[in-house]
Amino acid sequence: MQALVNLLARRPRRRSGGPDPGRRNLLRAGLGALGGMAAASLAPALRAVAAPGSEGHSLGHPHANLTVGEVNLRRVGFDPLAFLTTWDRGVVRRLPDGRVLREFKIVAYDREIEIAPGLLFPAWTFNGTVPGPTLRATEGDRVRVHFINAGTHPHTMHFHGIHTAEMDGVPGVGPGEIRPGGSFTYEFDAIPFGLHLYHCHALPLKRHIHKGLYGVFIVDPRQGRPPARELVMVMNAFDTNFDGENEVYAANTVAFYYARHPIRVRRGELVRIYLVNMTEFDPINSIHIHGNFFHVYRTGTSLTTAEYTDTIMLCQAERAILELRFPYPGRYMFHAHQSEFTELGWMGMFEVTDGDV
Amino acid sequence: MATSEDRPPEPAAGGRALRRWAWGILPLVLLAVLVGVFLRVGVRGVFQTAVPPVEELAIERVVLRPGTIVIHLVNSGPQPVTVSQALVDEAYWQFTISPDATIPRLGRATVTLAYPWVEGESHRLRVLSSTGVVFERTIEVATPTPTPDARYLTTFTLLGTYVGVVPVALGLLWLPFLRELPERWMGFFLSLTAGLLLFLGADAVAEALDLAASVPSAFQGVGLVLLGVVGAAVILAAVGRRVAGEGLSRRLALATFVALGIGLHNLGEGLAIGAAYGAGKVALGTFLILGFAVHNTTEGLAIVAPVSRDPLRLRTLAWWGALAGAPTIAGAWVGGLAYSPVLGTLFLAVGAGAIFQVVYEIIRLMGGGRASAGYQVAGFVAGLLVMYLTGLLVAV
Ligand SMILES: [Cu+2]
Repeated sequence: MQALVNLLARRPRRRSGGPDPGRRNLLRAGLGALGGMAAASLAPALRAVAAPGSEGHSLGHPHANLTVGEVNLRRVGFDPLAFLTTWDRGVVRRLPDGRVLREFKIVAYDREIEIAPGLLFPAWTFNGTVPGPTLRATEGDRVRVHFINAGTHPHTMHFHGIHTAEMDGVPGVGPGEIRPGGSFTYEFDAIPFGLHLYHCHALPLKRHIHKGLYGVFIVDPRQGRPPARELVMVMNAFDTNFDGENEVYAANTVAFYYARHPIRVRRGELVRIYLVNMTEFDPINSIHIHGNFFHVYRTGTSLTTAEYTDTIMLCQAERAILELRFPYPGRYMFHAHQSEFTELGWMGMFEVTDGDV
Repeated sequence: MATSEDRPPEPAAGGRALRRWAWGILPLVLLAVLVGVFLRVGVRGVFQTAVPPVEELAIERVVLRPGTIVIHLVNSGPQPVTVSQALVDEAYWQFTISPDATIPRLGRATVTLAYPWVEGESHRLRVLSSTGVVFERTIEVATPTPTPDARYLTTFTLLGTYVGVVPVALGLLWLPFLRELPERWMGFFLSLTAGLLLFLGADAVAEALDLAASVPSAFQGVGLVLLGVVGAAVILAAVGRRVAGEGLSRRLALATFVALGIGLHNLGEGLAIGAAYGAGKVALGTFLILGFAVHNTTEGLAIVAPVSRDPLRLRTLAWWGALAGAPTIAGAWVGGLAYSPVLGTLFLAVGAGAIFQVVYEIIRLMGGGRASAGYQVAGFVAGLLVMYLTGLLVAV
C-alpha cells in the first residue's frame, strides 16, 4: 500500500524527467480531447489585474502570450517609444583645428527599473536608464565623455571603437575601474563610422553588463546616410532571480512593450534600425521582421549592403543596421526567432500607416 | 522587582489568588510591550536595510480545466509578496488574480490563466514576484482536475472500496482460521501483526516526511509530522487507558484501536489515492489496485489477531471493517477534490502515530503471554517481511 503513497510523494521529486509513455497512452485512451478547447471565457469573471486601457487585444489572440498590466514609465526610467528615436549628440564645440568636439556627461548610478508590468529590477544604470543614452557623433569628431560614478560599485566605460589603451575602460589599464564617488574623462576620436556600443567593463563583467550598464554609440559616416526614420533597438534581457538564466527578454528593456504600443511608421518610407545585441547569458539573439525583407549593414561600417534577408542573428555585442520599407499598411510583428525569447518578451509590432506617425 | 518584599503578608486566600494571577499575567503584558516597541522601532532600526526581502510563495495546488489553469498560491514567507507576472512553459501569459496581486503573510490568492494545455503532456508554471523571484511548479502529466460531480464521487468511492474496504474485510475472514490455531501459533500471528503494523507505521512516517518537503515552509512540514505522530499516539494511549479494563474488554479495545489506527492510516492513503488520481496516476490501472488489495488484506488480520480466542459478534467485525476501511473512501474524496500537502502530511503522520501506539499495545499484550519467544520473533520478522515483499509487488 505504501506504493500508492509513493506515487504521490514522488511527484515533486520527479522534476526533470518527463512523463513515461505508458501512462500517457493510458491517459489518451481514457480521456477525451479537452485540452484544445477555447478558454478565454473564464478570465472576465475574475477581477483582472491588467490596467484599464492596456491593449491586451492588440494581438488578436484568444489567449495571449503577453504580460499583464502596464509599466509605470517613471519607474522604467524612460519611455521605450521615445527611446527609439532619442539621440544624445553631446555639447558641441569647435576645436582650434576646426574639428568638432562633442562632450557627454554620463553618471552611473543604481536605480530600480520596471522591466515588465509590476516586475522591478535593481539595475545599475548610465544616466538612470537601461540602456543608457544613445550617444551619437560623426566620423572624426573628438569625443569627450565625463564619467562620474555615483553608484555603489566600481564601474568603467568601455567604448567599442579605435582608441588608446588608456581610454579603453578596462581594469588595470589606464585609470582602470572608477571607484564609487570617482570620475574620469574618456577622450578619443569617433572612428570608425558605424554602429557601436559602450558598456561597463568592471569585474565581474557578466554582472556589470547584465545589471544594465550599456548603451549604443553611433558614429555617422561623414557623408551621412540617406534620410530615414531611424530607430534604436537594443536586444537585452534580465535575470531577475540571479540563476544565470533570463526571465525577461526585450528590445529596449520592457518585455512586450512594442507589442502593446506598436512602432508607427509610414508606408513606403525608409526605416533604419540600429540593432545592437546586449543580451547577457545567451550567446546569440536574433530578429525577424514579418511581411518584409531588409538590407543588412553589419556593424554599420560599410555603406553597401551585404545581405538581403528577413532574419539575422547577432552574437553578444554584435550589431547591424537594417534598412527596409513597408510596402503595405497594417501590423507587422518583429521578434527574436528563438521562439523562447519571443515568448519571454522580445516581441513587438510595426504599425504601418498612410497617415501621420 | 522588590515589590513583594515590601508588601505586608497576604490578607486572604482570594487576594493571594489575585496576586498569583497578576504575576502570571505580568510577563505577558511586558512581552506585549516588547513586541509593540519592536514592531514600532526595532524592526525598522535593526532589520530594515538594503537586504532584499525574503519572499516565499508556495504553489499549493494547481487545478486544470479545459483550456484553463488555476494556480492556488499561499504566501508562506515573513512579508507580503506581490505577484507581477506569470509564465507557462517559458512564455509570459495573461492571467487574472484574485482577490489581490499582493498577498499578505499566510494569505492566499488564485491565479487564473487561459492556456491551451495539452492532455497527457508536461507543463511548467512559474509565478514572478515584483522583485523577480520565481516560484515554479511542474505539472508532469496534464489531466483535467476532478470536479465534485457524481461521476468522480463514484469513482473515488469505488477506488476506496477496492483498495481499503474489501481487502480489510477479506483479512477479517481469517478469524475462523486463527481460532483453530494452537497457542504458540497465536503468539506467532500476534507478533506477525505487530511486525506488519510497525512496517506500515515506519513507511507512513517516511511518506509523511517526504511530503513534508513540499509543505509551504510556514506550515513547518517536519513539525507537522511530529505533531501528527506524537499527538495521535499520546491521545490514543490516553483514551485507551480510560476505556480498556482487563481481559476480554481490553482485547476488544485493542482490536478497536488497531482498526482505528489502520483507519487513520487508510485515510492518509485515500488522500494519496485521490491526489494521484487527480495527477492522472491511478490511471495506471487495475494491476496497481490489485496489488494494493493483496497488500492491504494483512490489515484485516491485524485487527482480529488480538481477539481470535474471544467470542465475537458479526456486527462487531463489520464495525471494525468499516472503521478500518471506510476512511479510505473519505480520504480519496478529499484527496481528489481538495488536496493539499499540508493535509496529506498531517493525515499520514496521524496514521503513523496511531499505528505506533497500537504496536506498543500489542507488544504489551504479548508481554504477559505464554507463547514461546521463538515463535514471537519469527512472527515479528515474518510480519516485516510480508509487508516488504507485498510492497515489492506494487512498487513503481
Ligand atoms: Cu560596472
